[in-house]
Amino acid sequence: MAREDYEVVIGLEVHAELSTKTKIFCSCPTSFGASPNTHVCPICMAMPGTLPVLNEKVVEYAVRAGLATECTISQDSKNDRKNYFYPDLPKAYQISQYDKPLCEHGKIEIEPSTGRKAIGITRIHIEEDAGKLNHDDFGRGSLVDLNRAGVPLIEIVSEPDLRSSEEVDLYLRKLKSILEYIEVSDCKMQEGSLRADVNVSIRKKGAKEFGTRTEMKNMNSFRSITRAIEYEIDRQVDIIDNGGKIEQETLRWDEVSGKTFSMRDKEDAQDYRYFPDPDLVAIKLSDEYIENIKHSLPELPESRKQRYLTEYKLSEKDANIITSSKYLSDLFEQASKICNNPKAVNNWIISDISRILNETEMDPVEIPFDSKQLAKLVQLIDKGTISSSIAKKVLVEMFEHPRDPEDIIDEKGWVQISDEGAIKEVVLKVLENNQKSVEDYKAGKEKALGFLVGQAMKETRGKANPQMLNQMFKEELK
Amino acid sequence: MDITELTVHELQEKLKNKELTSYDITKAYVKRIEEKEKDVQAFVTELGNEALEKASEIDEERKSGEVGNFTGIPIGIKDNICTKGVKTTCSSKMLENFVSPYDATVVEKLNDEKMINLGKLNMDEFAMGGSTEYSYFKKTRNPWNLNRVPGGSSGGSAAAVAANMVPWALGSDTGGSIRQPASFCGVVGLKPTYGLVSRYGLVAFASSLDQIGPITKDVYDSAMLLNIIAGHDEKDTTSREMEKKDYTKALKNDVKGLKIGVPKEFFGEGINEEVKEKLEEAIKTYKELGAEIEEFSLDIAKYSLATYYIIACAEASSNLGRFDGIRYGYRAKEFKDLKDLYRKSRSEGFGPEVKRRIILGTYVLSSGYYDAYYKKAQQVRTLVMNEFDKAFKKYDVILTPTSPTVAFDIGSKSNNPLEMYLADICTVSVNIAGLPGISIPCGVDKSNMPIGMQLIGNKFQEETILNAAYTFEQKIKFRENYKPTFRKEEE
Repeated sequence: MAREDYEVVIGLEVHAELSTKTKIFCSCPTSFGASPNTHVCPICMAMPGTLPVLNEKVVEYAVRAGLATECTISQDSKNDRKNYFYPDLPKAYQISQYDKPLCEHGKIEIEPSTGRKAIGITRIHIEEDAGKLNHDDFGRGSLVDLNRAGVPLIEIVSEPDLRSSEEVDLYLRKLKSILEYIEVSDCKMQEGSLRADVNVSIRKKGAKEFGTRTEMKNMNSFRSITRAIEYEIDRQVDIIDNGGKIEQETLRWDEVSGKTFSMRDKEDAQDYRYFPDPDLVAIKLSDEYIENIKHSLPELPESRKQRYLTEYKLSEKDANIITSSKYLSDLFEQASKICNNPKAVNNWIISDISRILNETEMDPVEIPFDSKQLAKLVQLIDKGTISSSIAKKVLVEMFEHPRDPEDIIDEKGWVQISDEGAIKEVVLKVLENNQKSVEDYKAGKEKALGFLVGQAMKETRGKANPQMLNQMFKEELK
Repeated sequence: MDITELTVHELQEKLKNKELTSYDITKAYVKRIEEKEKDVQAFVTELGNEALEKASEIDEERKSGEVGNFTGIPIGIKDNICTKGVKTTCSSKMLENFVSPYDATVVEKLNDEKMINLGKLNMDEFAMGGSTEYSYFKKTRNPWNLNRVPGGSSGGSAAAVAANMVPWALGSDTGGSIRQPASFCGVVGLKPTYGLVSRYGLVAFASSLDQIGPITKDVYDSAMLLNIIAGHDEKDTTSREMEKKDYTKALKNDVKGLKIGVPKEFFGEGINEEVKEKLEEAIKTYKELGAEIEEFSLDIAKYSLATYYIIACAEASSNLGRFDGIRYGYRAKEFKDLKDLYRKSRSEGFGPEVKRRIILGTYVLSSGYYDAYYKKAQQVRTLVMNEFDKAFKKYDVILTPTSPTVAFDIGSKSNNPLEMYLADICTVSVNIAGLPGISIPCGVDKSNMPIGMQLIGNKFQEETILNAAYTFEQKIKFRENYKPTFRKEEE
């Protein structure tokens, strides 16, 4: 059978590191990139006798995430221990939530090519992250770094409602943007603060029973998630078409070879022996507490998008792209306010900025300049200080060696030539050297004008004011 | 005057009127430890020199001005309570050389009072046991008869107090580990209400049952030490926020009108006749003192022991996971891979009783058995609590034996875990219900071994049981009539 004869069923478990200042059960900082084992204390190192104290911010952030995804918030929740041995798990149990998660029964809406649909959120629960194993370059074993141990996470479990890699991509982007908007996670995928476990199965179209699923763990780039899903669908179709059976197993996606490999099968499934953590008291939330959080929620992407359509007259497509990231959206609004030219700001974000982000696989949060600098760039064009083609070069420079656009222009000597005398000099020179084109133009070939302007630009290394060039050529050729 | 015979409140008097210095007191104890340790074997770590040095410093301070009520009073600490810079071994090979990087909250409190740590006291490994025979290092002996066990798991603490090797000590109680050794050694042991004393820095055995408490020569000292260690700790969210009390103020030497319930199930099968007799005498004494005594049925108690061993082992199996040979503690010398490192380190580092309980606990939590064991045990736990709630609607205090027997011979039960577990039958229900319980001596048997009486109170009603114990103690004057003899029976 062909791939089209199968229906793909995908569910996601997304882990997002919360951007609280301190860890979930102690007061160590959560910041990324510190020297190994410097953000640790007796509690997150699991020294004997230590006890966890739940960081209230973690509960608040999880409730925010729950409310932003239309979940029901549980007023009676608790922490459970998930027991297993691994060197990055110092207590030999992870404090998580088992049968009473903080949030349940939510949804996120996406707009795939097949039409708008809602993806169910089964649950959102809080838990602690594990540490990290660094494998010794000298092959003498592994070194344990516990800086990340105890960094708060929420796990967002979706219903198996996703039907394609496109839907997964849209769902993840939407989820990421929601978490950014409500400011509970910085969602930096490269640093692992947003990662997904992807469960994939296929079944014959019309079938009621789910197929056997495989799980790909800890995926942290949109591109590899799409590639991995596509690969996995093909692999499963291939197996079933050849009369085989899908094994329930955990897979590892290898980016280099573009293939999945088996990590462990069902036989190795661990018994985590979940039980309520006796060191922590139940989490009881009042109606008032939940109401207060509800009222403090910021504008979410969907409503921002609607506003952009009316307020800024953006196209649906542009509004979608800009609101997909809180950072982009903030950049857009702030820069527009400063330079008073939302159309131009929109164009920059949609075209050049988006292109650079894509090419460099950069997350919008990592854009190295701010809204003031972007606004300045737009203003410099509007004032005629630089041409838009120079501006493109300035933008690249702003990404590569971030500094104010004016400084870049000064340093590079990119200020536009708008002096009439200087322009005239260039125009005359070009006319003299391109008699053929002059004749062509006079013979009615409009295109020749473009060529002449181009030559003048070349002569001035792009600095001449293009409108002035145009006008002056026309006058001289009359 | 033998300084080590004095209670702490007597020592305080003598310090105040300058009859004694902290150095005198500490020196007397260090000397006593030198004499008796070879017989009693109560210490895992002795801190004699450090203690004397600190005592001198404190005496200097005393000369130059006002000091606190407990400044310069020595104490002994059970070796599962973390002390910065001093080994905390839990009497296990696993932690043989472990030095905690921080002080337990209770130790901070002792330090704030400028008390002097005489050393760390022996116990059953990770507080699992009722005889201190499961210590990796040594078997502590009962000062009343060196062939007998001191009880456990706080056997080192109870024996050291009974032998006058420390004026008082801290123990911990998960299923009777303060009260039963106190009973076996003829001293006073108090397990506070769950949540009254911070557990931060107590190496966890069973988190929902563990409490730190005082082991003392008399009830007044018990109330004083409780004053020091009780109180909410933001590092332990299971510790209760409540106003500070002075428990000595509750000691009124008056029990007129006090309603005491006597559950008949605690006097039935398996309870030694002489123990029963002494308890009946104690009941008579209370009647004479004006208390109202009534027998009642606490039927659920018979399920407590099974419930206890399921919950305690389940929690222990998880709590002891961190001893994996990775970051601290014992690590096997040779291993093939990670699994082998875990397996060997834990097989070699833990003793038989600890392993038994880890296996038991792992089993009751495993999928397919959780509902039948752990969940069921939690349900029974609720029933036990309800049963006690009902009883405390009628009574102020519940009176029982602390242990069905007096101290038994060393080696007589250590190979029979089930029989050892049965020794906890009178104490575990108190932990299951999170109640306060105190054990005080109420007499001796024919072989001159002390017998303990347990008084159980409602939650956070330590004052009631302390007063009841104090009033009884003032009447029978156990310490004046009976003393440990350090006798050794010939085989």
